[in-house]
Formats: sequence, structure tokens, C-alpha cells
Amino acid sequence: MTLDTRTRGDFPILERIVNGHRLVYLDSAASSQKPRTVIEAMSQYYATSHANVHRSIHTLGEEATALYEAARDRVQRFIGAASREEVVFTRGTTDGLNLVADALGRTLRPGDEILITDMEHHSNIVPWQMAARDRGVTVRSIPVAGDGRLDLDALDRLLSPRTRVLAFAHVSNVLGTVNPVAQLSARARQVGAVSVVDGAQAAPHLPLDMSGLGCDFYTFSGHKMLGPTGIGVLWGRGEALEALEPTRGGGEMIKEVWIDHARWNDLPWRLEPGTPPIAEAVGLTAAIEYLEKLGMARVAEHERALARQTAEILPSIPGVTVYGPPASVERGAVVAFSVQGLHPHDVAALLDQEGIAVRAGHHCAQPLMRFYGITGTARASFSVYNSPEDVSILAHAVAALRTQL
Amino acid sequence: MTPAARTGLYSETIRERWRQPRFRGELPGATAQAEDVNPLCGDRVRMMVRVHDGAVDAVRFTGDSCAICAASADVTAELSEGRPAAAAARLTTEDVLAVLQADIRPTRMRCVALPVSVLQEALRS
Repeated sequence: MTLDTRTRGDFPILERIVNGHRLVYLDSAASSQKPRTVIEAMSQYYATSHANVHRSIHTLGEEATALYEAARDRVQRFIGAASREEVVFTRGTTDGLNLVADALGRTLRPGDEILITDMEHHSNIVPWQMAARDRGVTVRSIPVAGDGRLDLDALDRLLSPRTRVLAFAHVSNVLGTVNPVAQLSARARQVGAVSVVDGAQAAPHLPLDMSGLGCDFYTFSGHKMLGPTGIGVLWGRGEALEALEPTRGGGEMIKEVWIDHARWNDLPWRLEPGTPPIAEAVGLTAAIEYLEKLGMARVAEHERALARQTAEILPSIPGVTVYGPPASVERGAVVAFSVQGLHPHDVAALLDQEGIAVRAGHHCAQPLMRFYGITGTARASFSVYNSPEDVSILAHAVAALRTQL
Repeated sequence: MTPAARTGLYSETIRERWRQPRFRGELPGATAQAEDVNPLCGDRVRMMVRVHDGAVDAVRFTGDSCAICAASADVTAELSEGRPAAAAARLTTEDVLAVLQADIRPTRMRCVALPVSVLQEALRS
């Protein structure tokens, strides 16, 4: 029995009929759907316990603070962080990457280099360009090899004592490639570079253990892992996080303020100015509880099976190309594909007519698209509620596409 | 595929223009051209025009785009060719939509609008 038989009924949105068909939602890598427990936890919070956190000396304020900080503890356990101080709430992966890039950028000197990869999402490219700008800092990039994995031979050439940052995705949002985080982080450390990992496509699908990954920073989003939009996590290894000078000021991130200066608060609050996403933290707690009840090892196994099924079945359809590592290799829960003679947006629009939701376009990874010489792809991605039948429905619809336009 | 797909978003006109465009190709002797992308999807359209004595003598387009955008470019070229340049520059997305006869959703409206705005830019240059 596959995992979806246990989970499917927990997601109210999956009851929707789209264009006359049962919704087949294959766009969880963009944003996952939410189980009833997440939706209810958030409305329950608003209905019974909402107030601002940390400074409200009244019952509701205390309840809200307790819930918000309990979310931090939950995240700490979920990702195997050494302490709760290492867990900073952000607005999402993009926000976390910008926070780190902005803070690290201010420490860079002319001649320094930032190393990224050709398979990054724009959110792990553009913040580094901004950090490098006007500072005489160069952004370089590790190329992708033909099999959709990073060209690690090129890493030797590119990594040098000038490298101050190595930033890369744990799992590619297009290819599904799982990058060797521990190996890359260790290489970065050898040259004294800080390692920054975009975990947006990994946290929802793989068991995580920050103590074993060996990177300095790791960031992910709530909304891709069954939780709400508007919240994410930045994890930083104690001393690495401690070294980040805050770049955004406001309430809560200070201990004392004078007109001409201020003294920063302790971690993690120092990096959380303003009213945080409180209801979203409550929702994230419920999402993590849901995932933990299923077991992340089981989640990973289920989604890997769906990705493998898709990566095997789609190339057998005439005119269909699948990108990324071969089906036999471990991959994330995404499969990008194209249909000869059809633009990816037309593929997505035609599949939508069948109630099938897939992503299409450049997936915010234009450098990677240029590597393959294409403008975009369609992409099917999976979560705990998808079934082998969903993949069959997709394959059947894709096989019928070329006669449609 | 459901009948809705055939008559809805992808009208007969769009499918026909996508399969057999009349104005796709290079334009030797073009007097003006412009190119732009759709930031949503990275679609790229180049419109080339040849203006002679204040009239649009010929229009061609190239690019890598979806069927809706390509059909729009083809219709945009057809509607502007042979017209006074000033009139062609006033062509609107609505004019193109009237020819396409398709149920274009808001998320895809930019696909229709892109060739029109690129043509306007070419005629301004």
C-alpha cells in the first residue's frame, strides 16, 4: 500500500474537480497543498490565541509567544540542529538566502569570489550578484555535466583561497539532482569559504540532519513542505550565525536603543526584526508534526518511487525528453520534461484541461535552461499525497498531447 | 482531449497559425525591428518591419514561444502589413484577440500582448 492511501483524505483541496476532472496536483515543488491539520491549527490560533509575540504581557501574548517559540523547538528537532538559537524564522527560502547574502556580502573585499552552480534557482544567483556588485567581487559558477550532475572536476579549478562563499542547492528544482552537501561543504571549508545551501527542494522530501551535513547555512520554505506561505527557516551553524551582522533593523532584534546607536538582541531574535509570521509558525509546526507522523524516510521513499516511475515512463512516449540524472540515480521529487514541437506552456495548458497541474517555463533557472539550449520545460513534482495512478494519468495525457495542437 | 480544449484556449485559429504561420521568418531589408521577452516564461519574440513611404510594407517575426504567442505574432503581422505606420502602431491586443477567437485566461494574456508591444516598439524606433 502506497503512502498516498493514508494521506489523500487529509488534503481537502484534492477533492476539487478541475475542468471536469479529478485534480491531479503535480506542482508541489512550486508549492505543496496543505493537510486539514495545518489549516485548522492556523484558524484555531487566530480564533483563540492571537496576539503579538514577545512583548505582550497578557495571557494571549504569552500564548502566542509560547506557540511561536514552540515552533522553533519543533524545527530544531526536525532538522537536527544543535540548538534552538540556530533556527531563524524568515519569510521563505528566498528571504533566507537574501539575508545571508546581504550579511556576508558586507564582509567581502575586492578580489574575493563567490562560487555558485549552473543549476541554481534565481534566488540563489541574484542575491549573490547583488552582494558582489560594487565591491569588486566576482561570481563564478560550477558547470553541470551531461548527466545532470555537477561537474565536480571543475570544482577543483574554481575553488581557491579567493572563494569566500560556496552556495548551492541541496536538490535541483529542475533536474532533481541531489548534490553531495557534505562533500561540497567540506571542500568549501578547506579553502576557508562559507557554505550556503538552498534546501527548498530537500526539506519537504528528505530526512535532514544539520549536524551531519557539514554546511554553514541551510535555508528552506514552509509552503513547499505542507505548511503555510510566508514562513521559512534559516539554519546557521552556531559560530557562522553568530558572525552574521544584522542587516535589517526594527523591533525585537535589539536589546537597547539610543538615538544614535543600538545594541543587538541575542540569536535568533537578532535576525528577526518586526512582528514575525506567528500563525504561519503555528501552521509550520502542524506541517512538521504531519510529516514526522508519516516518517521522513517513508516520505522520501514514496516520492523517489514516483519520480523514478515518471522518469522511466515519460521517455518511452515518442517525442518526450526527460532532463536530469538517469532514473536509476537518487533524485528529488521533480521530473522535468519536454514534448517535441510543443512549447512547455502549451503542454501545461493542455494538461490543465485534463485536471493535471504541472509547472512550465524556466523554473527560475534560466542559466540551466541555456545549458540545455531550451527556453523551458514542463515539470511534474510530487508530494506525500500523489499516487502511482497520478503518474499513469500524466503519462496517458502526455502521450495524447502531440495530436492536440 | 476534451472538446473544450479544442474550442477554448486553443481555438482553431491559434492551432492553424501555430502549425502554419504565414509571417514567420526573417525580413531582409527590414527598416526597424524590436525584440522582447515574456518574463513569466522566457518566451522571446522579434518583430521586423519594413516601412516604405510611411506605410508598413512587410512584417515578419521570429522567436521561441508558445502557440498563443506565436499565433498572436502571426496575426499582429497580418493586421499591420499594408497599413500606414501610424495606424499599425495603434494596433491593440484587443484587435488580435478578435481574430484569435479564443478563451484566453488572464495568466496567458501576456502571451497575446507581447508581439503587439514589440511591434509598437519597432515602429517607434
